[in-house]
Amino acid sequence: MSKIIGHLSASKFLEELWRYQKGSVTRRHFLGVTGLGLATSVLGSAVPGLRPRKAHAALGGTVNFTTWPSYFAQENLDNFTKETGVKINVAVFGSNEEMLAKLQAGSTGWDVFVPTNYTISTYRDLNLIEPLDLSRLANYDATQVEERFKSEGIIGGQVYAVPKDWGTTGFVYNSKSAPQKPTSWKEFWDLAQNEWTGRAMVHDYQLTTIGNALKYYGYSFNSNDEKQLADAEKLLLAAKPHLFGINSDYKPSLAAGDAWVSICWTGDAVQLQRDQPEFVYVLAKEGGEIWTDYYAVPKGGQNLDAAYALIDYLLMPANNVKEGIAHGYPLCDKRAISAMPKELIDNPVLYPAAEALAPLEFGAAATLINPMRAEIMARFKAA
Amino acid sequence: MNDKQHSRAVTVALLAPAGVFFFFLLVLPMVVVLVFSFGERAPAGGYAPAFTFDNYLNLPARGKAFFNTLTLAPLGTLLTAIIAFPVAYYLAVRVHPKWRVTMLVLIMAPFWTSQLLRYYAWMMILGSKGIPSWLALLGFGDIRLINTPWAVLIGAVYGFLPLMVPPIYVSLEKLDKRLLEASADLGATPVATFLQITLPLAIPGVATGSMLVFILLMGDFILPQYLGGGKVFFIGNALVDLFLQSRNWPYGAAVSVALVLIMLATIYFYMRFILSRGDRRRAVLV
Repeated sequence: MSKIIGHLSASKFLEELWRYQKGSVTRRHFLGVTGLGLATSVLGSAVPGLRPRKAHAALGGTVNFTTWPSYFAQENLDNFTKETGVKINVAVFGSNEEMLAKLQAGSTGWDVFVPTNYTISTYRDLNLIEPLDLSRLANYDATQVEERFKSEGIIGGQVYAVPKDWGTTGFVYNSKSAPQKPTSWKEFWDLAQNEWTGRAMVHDYQLTTIGNALKYYGYSFNSNDEKQLADAEKLLLAAKPHLFGINSDYKPSLAAGDAWVSICWTGDAVQLQRDQPEFVYVLAKEGGEIWTDYYAVPKGGQNLDAAYALIDYLLMPANNVKEGIAHGYPLCDKRAISAMPKELIDNPVLYPAAEALAPLEFGAAATLINPMRAEIMARFKAA
Repeated sequence: MNDKQHSRAVTVALLAPAGVFFFFLLVLPMVVVLVFSFGERAPAGGYAPAFTFDNYLNLPARGKAFFNTLTLAPLGTLLTAIIAFPVAYYLAVRVHPKWRVTMLVLIMAPFWTSQLLRYYAWMMILGSKGIPSWLALLGFGDIRLINTPWAVLIGAVYGFLPLMVPPIYVSLEKLDKRLLEASADLGATPVATFLQITLPLAIPGVATGSMLVFILLMGDFILPQYLGGGKVFFIGNALVDLFLQSRNWPYGAAVSVALVLIMLATIYFYMRFILSRGDRRRAVLV
């Protein structure tokens, strides 16, 4: 390919355009021989408004986006499709273990997914995620994110995942049906087996259900100690006959009044309170989980350009604000946080006081692959 | 090529697509499952080659799931058959032939909506604002249905009735009415006629329908998950967990092999029992 750009006749230009449209030459060749590449970059740098469009110029096809239920602003996804022509396929999952299982089995076809902090190192060790090229994520500004919310996305200095939002795992109760005012996991599990019999729910998720059973005894949320896990299992098995259900999709049962109380994530509590203010969200005084969800790109995706474009689009502060309003989880990017509506910033469910956050623990990678935890969860469910 | 060779070639050509299909999508996967069932869980989950019987020795750890499945699946099948039989009888014997097709189509109509959506609807119907609240009006106190074995049974009957009615209908439709007349003529009461003629002749249909429902119920995990709420745990749920949560493929493979063997044995004895009875009665009739 000639690097020298000489005079180009109109007919020669049209011929090159035709060859490009037919797919016979690459975009780079086309832009090179016609000089359009140079012209565009000159123009593009001169007119800032053109920059994002340039990035979308070659996008197309579909991007498969794997995330959690009620965890995105549909408006953002629609607008992304409108602006780039890229269709988005959303798939929602119930647990990180399930995401890992699908990626381990191979050929998921996912382009972007949303792993939680404690899983990222395992994904990297198993060579399941792409290292991220931050130059393609212009809207991500690491300086705007607190260290604790981004550190687990960086392994050996390489960024593998960029933070989406964070949150906590506490419990929610319907104060009309459950007049007790529990403040601890001890009370949660004791009431679940007595006054709340048939009305309490726990997640179908080893990390939080086993973790918060461990908290009953004051153990670490992340404990992998055999004896402590055995204690947690004993509590779980004793509580099982009294539980209403074991399900990570607990909002419908709470909203319908079948269940009164459930282990609960920040955003679900915010979403429940929107319709029924009688729901109270509790960060138990023994602690529990604090977590960050990230955007990451699995290996083997078919549309890497669109994957980067989608992540970058969702991280654009204005769009990120729409995400935060829709899902009700606290954002990580300070630029977006400062643009959030005041009532969300002032909502203690989203932004708890520092002393409520202090005892919380980030999930640990070892809990993800510990076969003992998996088997305890399975025995609890099968009991 | 002579005629015999030619006809053999045609046979092979016609069977080849199904043969290839079954080999790659049934036989080969079964071999993989069998091989995996003797392996070990890889450190981060998945499969690591090994030769051990540990996975089979560990089967009792899922005893409750096997027990739930092996009690609720036959019970659900039986209930479905009991409810389907009068419907099929009515369709085959009483309904005017011109309405039969319409009514059969109506019975199948629920299949046109997604199973998940229908189970979500049942979650509302069986939830505290549904049937239990109506029962409360009648004076029945705190009745809980959703997330109990009862909810799963109701869901099974609802979900699988459309599969049970047509086979029974087909066997009753072929019923020679003259046999009923002869029976009455010889002094049999309607009940005796039903028990000695109608029922035995319908048994192949009942058997086919029951097998369809039983096999699907044995492997079901969506029904117990939605209407059992994680409290009614089937072997299908155990398998989903083993592959999608704990990622213990070898153990999951062993549970699968056990499930397949239990199903094969149950189906074999059931069919033998029911068909031999049916045939004997038919032989007596002749």
